[in-house]
Amino acid sequence: MAETTEVERPLSPHLQIYRPQMTSISSILTRITGNALVVAAFLIVWWLLAAATSDSYFATADAVMTSWFGDLVMTLSLWAVWYHYLAGLRHLYFDAGKGLEIETAERLGWVCVIGSVVLTVITLLLV
Amino acid sequence: MRYLTARKRAEGLGAAGTGTEHHWYMKLSGVGLALIIPVFLVAFGRALGGSRAEVLDAFSHPAMAILTGLVIFFGLRHFAAGAQTMIEDYAHGSTRRALIIFVTILSYGLIATGLFALAKIAL
Repeated sequence: MAETTEVERPLSPHLQIYRPQMTSISSILTRITGNALVVAAFLIVWWLLAAATSDSYFATADAVMTSWFGDLVMTLSLWAVWYHYLAGLRHLYFDAGKGLEIETAERLGWVCVIGSVVLTVITLLLV
Repeated sequence: MRYLTARKRAEGLGAAGTGTEHHWYMKLSGVGLALIIPVFLVAFGRALGGSRAEVLDAFSHPAMAILTGLVIFFGLRHFAAGAQTMIEDYAHGSTRRALIIFVTILSYGLIATGLFALAKIAL
């Protein structure tokens, strides 16, 4: 058998020392927000089940949902929905082969970040 | 071990065996959700914080019940399919399969519970 020899290869930069860029951050935020939303989905389904069941069960679920912690989770989830929404639209645009120039992609990343905060505030004002 | 060339393995429906089905489902459910999520956010936000009678009243309205049902079903299927993509990126072998089974069960479990609750409220 041939001897395996260690070859010095260039290593790609490790994630922790990699300079954060708008394109990479806006991409990973899409994944984080999308997956984190399962917490809100779980709470909402539980709250609906409690409402369908009895007064005492609803009192328990509603106390969690309307507590400061519930408000925090729901508000963060609201922002997560809007961020994921805008990032999803950006994906459809990317999929069509458009907006892939670095400058445009970075600008669209800022649109997602700033737009999601604006839409969150508007939604909070409407409810 | 099947004696296949890399090209042969990627032909037709590819290594996943389902072709572009997964990607297409994400787009399809994503566009569908994009149409109904803004309305749901406001409608749900207004119902949240009310008394039980008010909440039951809000969700027993046909439009609200249908909207919430669609959001629960497609929202959680979109979640499971998206979470599967993440799992396939980071986990391998048995861990991967176990996690995919877990999110699939979680999504269908929440869908069934949510739709049961809605039916009980609205009907």
